[in-house]
Amino acid sequence: MKIASPRTRAYKVVCIIILIILAIFFMFPLYWIITGAFKTSQEIYAASPVWWPSEWTLNNFVKLFEKRSAPLFQIGSLAGPTVPAAIRWLVNTVFMAVVAMLLTCITAAMAGYALAKKCFVGRALLFSLIICAMALPKQVILIPLLKEMSALNLYDTLWAVIFPTVGWPFGVFLMKQFSEGIPGEILEAARVDGAGEVRTFATIVMPMVKPGIGALAIFTFINSWNDYFMQLVMLSSNANFTISLGIATLQGETTTDTGLLMAGAALAAVPIIIVFLIFQKYFTQGITMGAVKG
Amino acid sequence: MAKPKSSMSRTLARRETISAYLFLLPSLLFFVGFVIIPMVICIINSLTDASMYTKGLGNFVGLSNFIRLWQDSTFLGALKNTFIIVVVSVPVVCLFSLWVSSAIYKLKGPILSTFRCIFYLPVVTGSVAVTVVWKWMYNNYTGVFNYVLKSLGIIDQNINWLGDSRYALGCIILILLTTSVGQPIVLYVSALGNVDQSLVEAAQVDGATNLQVFWRIKWPQMMPTTLYILVITTINSFQCFALIQLLTSGGSGTNTVMYYIYYTAFKLTEQSGHFGYANAMGVMLAIFIGLLSALQFKLAEEK
Repeated sequence: MKIASPRTRAYKVVCIIILIILAIFFMFPLYWIITGAFKTSQEIYAASPVWWPSEWTLNNFVKLFEKRSAPLFQIGSLAGPTVPAAIRWLVNTVFMAVVAMLLTCITAAMAGYALAKKCFVGRALLFSLIICAMALPKQVILIPLLKEMSALNLYDTLWAVIFPTVGWPFGVFLMKQFSEGIPGEILEAARVDGAGEVRTFATIVMPMVKPGIGALAIFTFINSWNDYFMQLVMLSSNANFTISLGIATLQGETTTDTGLLMAGAALAAVPIIIVFLIFQKYFTQGITMGAVKG
Repeated sequence: MAKPKSSMSRTLARRETISAYLFLLPSLLFFVGFVIIPMVICIINSLTDASMYTKGLGNFVGLSNFIRLWQDSTFLGALKNTFIIVVVSVPVVCLFSLWVSSAIYKLKGPILSTFRCIFYLPVVTGSVAVTVVWKWMYNNYTGVFNYVLKSLGIIDQNINWLGDSRYALGCIILILLTTSVGQPIVLYVSALGNVDQSLVEAAQVDGATNLQVFWRIKWPQMMPTTLYILVITTINSFQCFALIQLLTSGGSGTNTVMYYIYYTAFKLTEQSGHFGYANAMGVMLAIFIGLLSALQFKLAEEK
């Protein structure tokens, strides 16, 4: 058995101490958002920071909800009951993230399978096109996208944010990586047994790439929840805002009411963090798979 | 009998191609419609004088947008800041995440995933929420930074972190760093776990120190991971936008190319919506990122 020398043990202790300090530093902004959301304005503007609120107040949330109102949803001329605008922003954000996630997973699973397991004309060209597109900054295409969306009459709708998210080729790339692992013999056996393309895909391919779909789903959900620039460019009316955009606008309007902003930030951040913590396992897997052979 | 066989395999190949494209079709619709077409429009538009109100593509002006870029001192300043951000954040993100990963990858499962989660938190929190809280933390009067630094005796007067051009860019880089290391840490932890243990043990038997084992055996094996991290961090740093827009609006010497593109396209009051010029900047930015990525690949290959 090897015995660690005192020097390596000392190094390990120092490492752990530094790690703990760093962990506190990384968690602090989130802690500050959540406690700040419940602080009274005296405590927020105190010259020496109040580390723990002495009394927890819901005042900031009340102000956030009173500020504006909007219908809960709107489909054509059918409008839902009037609710605080912040709630509408959350509904919009969930709708956007869920639809983007579903569309991305379905299209990417199909395309990834075809790219990994089928021999077809133009495959190499398409794959290099995907790689090139992934390396380009996606924010650069936002201006032409804006023109395209207004030509399609989609400007200032959530679809203008959803469609480009689905088009982003990372999902296809990720699903190709996962589909590579399907043994060719199984697909061959299914063909010999007379299974059609659709059936092979639904009953053999899909179950085998399930972890990949899980990873892609959570990845897309979190990214579209948090992607601010695209939402800023594509959405203009308050009722169509996402939660990020709503909070950013509040910041522009009321630079002074920090408590209100923290309540908004908490409302935007806490749901997505809970989702992340629940599906963390898939997330880690997805990040790692996306990089293999990257 | 060769002929019918080859014609049969040709039908088979054709059928395979058709079914492949049917599987690809939904994805291709979105990819071509909302990524490829805008890219092409971006390049075409960069050669025209199109604005927000132009119908169609605008008048062809050749390369004059690109020539104007290099005479535009605001653009050059923004470019300089963007390069400072990239040059500082890319190596720091890489080294920091490498160190953190090598310190945590041998820890027990639950502790390891707790640390990994904590370093990922700022990414998940979302750029707007993160920015809003950091703005408060940097605040001249009520921010924790001034308070903590004053109590430690490091500074003796409150500093207006975001309003002072000596500090503002550094402050923004610090936030960018905390929101950038999450993914590299996940990647490095898994890469370190995949290092061929038999090589490590053989080297230890031969009396190699930990540091030697790291540089001679682990580091080369992690090269693909490092390369990927370099590329994604470079792309992310180039695109730094939300931080700038929400914290300084490009003031205090923090203008970046991405913010200037947005400003030119949507905010420039007198000549609102210079899409052609903004697109030329976009194309330029894409060229820079492409060149840097190519350079990184080249350097990695030589190793």
